Amino acid sequence: MTLQEITPSAVLGSRLDPSSPEYAADRAAMLDALAGVDEVAATVLAAGGAKYVDRHHARGRLTARERVDLLLDPDAAFLEIGALAGAHEPDLTTPGAGLVVGIGAVSGVECMVVANEPTVKGGSITPIGVTKQLRALEIAERNRLPVVALVESGGADLPRQADLFVPGGRTFREMTRLSAAGIPTIAVVFGSSTAGGAYMPGMSEYTVFVRGQATVYLGGPPLVKMAINEDVDDETLGGAEMHARESGLADHLAADERDALRIGRRIVADLGWRKAGPGPSLPADPPLRPAEELLACAASDAKRSVEVRDVLARVLDGSRFDEHKPLYGTTLVCGWGSIGGFPVGVLANNGILFSEESQKGAQFVQLANARSIPLLFVQNITGFMVGSAYERGGIIKDGAKLINAVSNSEVPHLTLMVGASYGAGNYGMSGRAYDPRFVFTWPNHRIAVMGGTQLAGVMSMVQRRSAERAGRSYDEDTDRATRKAIEDGVEAQSNAVYASGRMWDDGVIDPRDTRTVLGLALSAVHSAPITGATRFAPFRM
Amino acid sequence: MISTLLVANRGEIARRVIRAARAQGVRTVAIYSEPDADAPHVAEADRAVALRGSTSAETYLDAPQVLAAARATGADAVHPGYGFLSENAAFARACTAAGLTWVGPDPASIEAMGVKHTAKALAREAGVPTLPDALLDTDDPADWARAGEHVGFPLLVKASAGGGGSGMREVRAADELPDAVRSARAEAARSFGDDTVFLERLLDAPRHVEIQVLGDAHGHVVHLGERECSIQRRHQKVVEEAPSPVVSPELRERMGATAVALAEKLGYVGAGTVEFLVEDAEFLASDASDAASLAPAAFYFLEMNTRLQVEHPVTEEVYGVDLVALQLGIAEGAPLPFAQADVVPRGHAIEVRLYAEDPAAGDRPSPGTLHRYRHNSSGYDDTLRWEDALGTHGEVSAFYDPMIAKVIAHAPTRTAAARTLAAGLAQAEIHGPATNRDLLVAVLRDPDFLAGETRTDFLDHHDALRTPEPATPRVVHLAAAVACTSAARRQHDPLRDLAPPGWRLLRGAPRPAITWAGPDGEVTPDLDGVELRDVTPHGARVTHAGVEYRCRVAHHDGTAFVDDGEGHSAWREVPRLPAPDAAAGGAGPVSEVPGTVVEVLVQEGEHVVAGQKLVVLEAMKMEHPALAAADGVVETVHVAVGQYVEAHATLVTLGAAE
Repeated sequence: MTLQEITPSAVLGSRLDPSSPEYAADRAAMLDALAGVDEVAATVLAAGGAKYVDRHHARGRLTARERVDLLLDPDAAFLEIGALAGAHEPDLTTPGAGLVVGIGAVSGVECMVVANEPTVKGGSITPIGVTKQLRALEIAERNRLPVVALVESGGADLPRQADLFVPGGRTFREMTRLSAAGIPTIAVVFGSSTAGGAYMPGMSEYTVFVRGQATVYLGGPPLVKMAINEDVDDETLGGAEMHARESGLADHLAADERDALRIGRRIVADLGWRKAGPGPSLPADPPLRPAEELLACAASDAKRSVEVRDVLARVLDGSRFDEHKPLYGTTLVCGWGSIGGFPVGVLANNGILFSEESQKGAQFVQLANARSIPLLFVQNITGFMVGSAYERGGIIKDGAKLINAVSNSEVPHLTLMVGASYGAGNYGMSGRAYDPRFVFTWPNHRIAVMGGTQLAGVMSMVQRRSAERAGRSYDEDTDRATRKAIEDGVEAQSNAVYASGRMWDDGVIDPRDTRTVLGLALSAVHSAPITGATRFAPFRM
Repeated sequence: MISTLLVANRGEIARRVIRAARAQGVRTVAIYSEPDADAPHVAEADRAVALRGSTSAETYLDAPQVLAAARATGADAVHPGYGFLSENAAFARACTAAGLTWVGPDPASIEAMGVKHTAKALAREAGVPTLPDALLDTDDPADWARAGEHVGFPLLVKASAGGGGSGMREVRAADELPDAVRSARAEAARSFGDDTVFLERLLDAPRHVEIQVLGDAHGHVVHLGERECSIQRRHQKVVEEAPSPVVSPELRERMGATAVALAEKLGYVGAGTVEFLVEDAEFLASDASDAASLAPAAFYFLEMNTRLQVEHPVTEEVYGVDLVALQLGIAEGAPLPFAQADVVPRGHAIEVRLYAEDPAAGDRPSPGTLHRYRHNSSGYDDTLRWEDALGTHGEVSAFYDPMIAKVIAHAPTRTAAARTLAAGLAQAEIHGPATNRDLLVAVLRDPDFLAGETRTDFLDHHDALRTPEPATPRVVHLAAAVACTSAARRQHDPLRDLAPPGWRLLRGAPRPAITWAGPDGEVTPDLDGVELRDVTPHGARVTHAGVEYRCRVAHHDGTAFVDDGEGHSAWREVPRLPAPDAAAGGAGPVSEVPGTVVEVLVQEGEHVVAGQKLVVLEAMKMEHPALAAADGVVETVHVAVGQYVEAHATLVTLGAAE
C-alpha cells in the first residue's frame, strides 16, 4: 500500500456580518419565531396538564415522556418526530396528538419509539394521531428501525371515529409487515389496550405486560355483558396475569412500569441488532462557524436574498463543501460534504430555479445515486422561473427532468426547509410528497402553493377579468377586503407550526440544532442499506 | 551468616523485610494464605510457599506450617515481622530447635515481658518508674477496696494475661470497684482463659511515648530516642512521630537510660520498644498553659514489646538507620555498628496508618478491591515514604488487619513534616474501600495537633475530624462524575459528536433526571453555575465560583472516582430500572398441570429461598415440583396433600422476604 495524498476539501467561508443591522434583525426575527414554537412546545410537554399528570403520578404511573426517557439509554439523544402534531387545531385539545414518537438508542440500538400519552384523553387515538402513528411506522420500515411501542390507550377518540376508523386499521397491518420484513416489533403494555388496540400487542413480536395495569381485550366487561351476558371483571377478562399465564399474549409479566421498561431494554439488547448501512466514513469534526449564527441565516425581510452556503458552513463537518458545477446554474448550489461523518450530496436553493439549475440538479441526483450517497435538500424556494422566455426555453421540460430524478432516486433524502417552500419548487426539491426519509423545518418556514400576497393578487386578477368579461363593475373595496382575507388565510395555513401540526413535516427545529438533527437523521438512515437507483424514467430532452 | 530468610508475615511489613534482606543479597521466602495468593509480598520474594487456609489462625499463626515452609525452601532464618508469631516464645524456640536463626530476642526475654504484671515487677527491679498497682488475689471485696486505696483513684482494672482493651475497666471512685472487678474477671476468663486481674493507677489523658532499644549479642545496648504515639483509636495507634513534641533532650536521656537499663537487665538482644505513659506538666503544674513551655516531669512503664514496632520508620528517618538491616546483623551475631554517642536525632518524622475503614461509621473496616492506588513520593523537598501493604487491584481482605499503607514524612521541622504528609495523602488516588485518609489529613492540619497537644484522648476531643468538610465543593466532583461518566459511556457512540448528552429535539424538554449516590447520599445533579472544559472519560476542568479544579475521573465497577489533588469522592448512578424484588406481591407458584398434591413441604410463615421446593404434584405418572421463584415468606398454603388441583391454580402465596 502506498500512502496516498489526501487533497483537502474546499472550506466554506462566511458572508454573514454579525455586526450588521441585518444580522441583528434576522436573528431577532428568528428568535421571535422560535418563541412562537416554544409556546406550542410547552403545551405539548405539559401533556394532559398538571391536574391529570399529578393524578396519573399519584397512581404510581409514568407519563409517555417519562417512560421514553427511562427506556432510552442514559445520555441518548431523542430525535422526536411530529412533536407538534395537532398544533394546527384551533384549541389544541390533544397536544402532540396524544403520542410521543421519535428515534433514540435503546440498549445501544437506534429504535423507533411510539408511546401513548395516557394523560391526554386517556391516550385515545385522534385522526392526526393515526397520521403520526403511521408516519412512525413508515420511518421504521424505510430506515429499518426496530419499533418499541409503549402502549396505554383508551382506543379510538369516539366522537371523531369517522375520521380515523378506516385509515387507523393500517397501523396493525404495518406492524405485521414490519415484522415480516425482519424489523423487530416490541409492545410494552402499561394500561388499557382494547378492541382494535389489542392488536398492538397482538401484532408485536415481543410483548411485556405490567401486572395489575395492563388490560387487553377485544371487548370490555360492559360489551361482554351486552353481547353474551357474562359478568366478568377487567383483570379476569384481560389482565396481565391472565395473558401471561393463560392466553399467552404476554411474553413477559412485569412487576411494575420500571420493570417493564427494564425487560423491554433487555429484549432490545438480545435482538443482536446490526445496522445495515455503511455508517460514517469521514471525519466528524464540527463546522468552523458557530451554530449560534444559524439564527441569522434566514432573511427577516422576504425580499432580501440570503446565501445558503452560510447555512452549509455551519452544518457540514469542518465546513467542508466540494461544489459541483459552481459556475453553472448558480441558484442551485450542489456539492459534497458530510455531517457527523456521514457523506451527503447537498442541493440547496440560492434563488429561483431556472432551466440550468434544473438540469444541474437532475444530473447531481443521478450522480448521488450512482455513488449511493444520501441527499440533503435545503429548500428556500419560491418556485421555478415564469415568463414567456422561460416557457419557450423549455423550463417545464427541465423542471420535469429534476422531478424525474428526485422521484426515482433511491438514496435516502433528507429535506430541510429554511425559508420558503412554494410551488413546484417544493416538488423539485424533494418535498413531503416525494417521500424524503425526513423533513425538518426552521421556525420561519412558509409552505404553500405560492406566497399569500401573490395568491391573493392572482385571485383578484382572475375575478377582475371575470367581472370585466361579464360587464360587471368591480368593487375596489370588496377587492381589498377579499385580498386581505385570502392573504391572512394563506399566511395562517402556511406557517411552520401549522404545517408541522398537520404533519407536512417531521418537526420544527431550532436552527442551532440543524447539524444535530440532520446527523441523527442520517444515522437513522444508515440503519438500512443505502443503495442508489439504477433506473430513472426517460428524461425529456 | 543468613543466606535465605523466611518472612513469617504479610502486608507492608513482609515487603519491608524482604526489601531490607534483598538489599543485603539475602534470598527471601514469602508465605501466604489462600486470600493472599496475589498479594505483593508474594510476588516480591524470591520464593513463596502457600499455606492451607484463610484465617490468621489457620495460616500465619500456624507454627508447624510456617516451619514446614522454612524446611521446604531451605531457609536458614526466620523474621517474624510484628504481630502474628513475633512475640510467641514457643515459636522462637521451635525455630532455634529447627536450626533456624530467629531474628528477634531470646525466647526468655519474650516470655519475661509477655505477662504484664511480671513485666512490671521486673521493670521495677530495673529501676524503671511504674504506676502504683496491686494484684487482686482474693475474692474479698474488702481486700479489693484496700488495694484500691493503695493504688489510688482513678484506676484501671486490667487482665494480667492478654492485651488490647479486653478485660479492662475504668474505675473513677471506690464504690464502682466491686462491679468493675467482677466484670473484668469474667471477660478476662472468656478472652484469655485466665481471670487474674490487677489494679493500676489511671492517668487522665497521658501521652504515649516509647523508647526504641537495640541490643547486640555482645552485651551492648543503645536506645534510639523516643516515638510519641498518643493519637489512637480503640487502643490502636494511628499517628506516630519522632521526636515527641514534649520530650526534651534531658528527658530523652533519662527515659533512654531507663529503657536501656531494663534491656540490660533482660540481656536483651535485638530490637525492642519500651513503652511509657507520660504526664504533661499541665497535669502537674497548673501554671503551664503554653505548649512550648510544657515540661513533662513524670513517665511510667507501660510494657515492653519484644519485636519491631509498626511505627519503627519514624525512628529510622530521624536517626538515619535501617532497623530491619540492624536486626539481621544482630541475629547474625554482629556487634552494633554504633555507640550511644554516635546517634543523634535529625529533624522530625511523622507516620500515619492508612486503613481501609470508615471513621464516620465507627472505624468500621471496609474490605474490598483497591481499584486504583497511586501516590507520589517525589516532588517534595521533604522525604515522603510509603510503606504499602497493597497496590492497584489489591484486595483488602476481611480476614486481616485492613491496613493499606503506612506513610511517613521526614522534614527539618514537625510542621513541615505534617504539611508534606498531609499533602501526600490528599494527593493520593485511592479508589475502592472507604479509608481514614481524610481523618489523617484533618489531624495533620489540626491546630491542636500542630501545637503538639497530642494526648491519648485526642480523637475523643476532636470528633469533628472524622467527618471533615470536603476539600472540594461536592458539586465540582459531581459535575466531573456526571460529565466523564457520560463521556465514557459515549466513547464508542458514533453520535457523540452530533448531540450533547440527553439531547431532545423538542425545545424545553427536560434532560432525563439521573439520581447519583455520592458521599452525602443521593442527589439529582443541579449543575447550574458549573462550567466544564476538556471533558474526556478520564477527567475534566471544572470551574465553580471562579475557581478551576482539574478533576481526574476513573471508572471502576460502575463507580466514578474523582480526584483533584486535594479532594476526592466517589459517585455512582442509582439504577434507573432496578429489577424488582421478585417475591414482592408475587402470587407464588401455580400448578403447571392439573394433578394431585402429593407433598406440601412448607408451612405458613416459613422463610423460603429461591428455587426451594414448596409443593409436589403428581400428574400423568410424573411428579411436578412447584418451586419458589424468589426468596420470601410463605403467606398462605392453598392446597393439602391428596387434593386435586386444576392447572394454573395458585398453590402457595409468597410474600416479600423482610
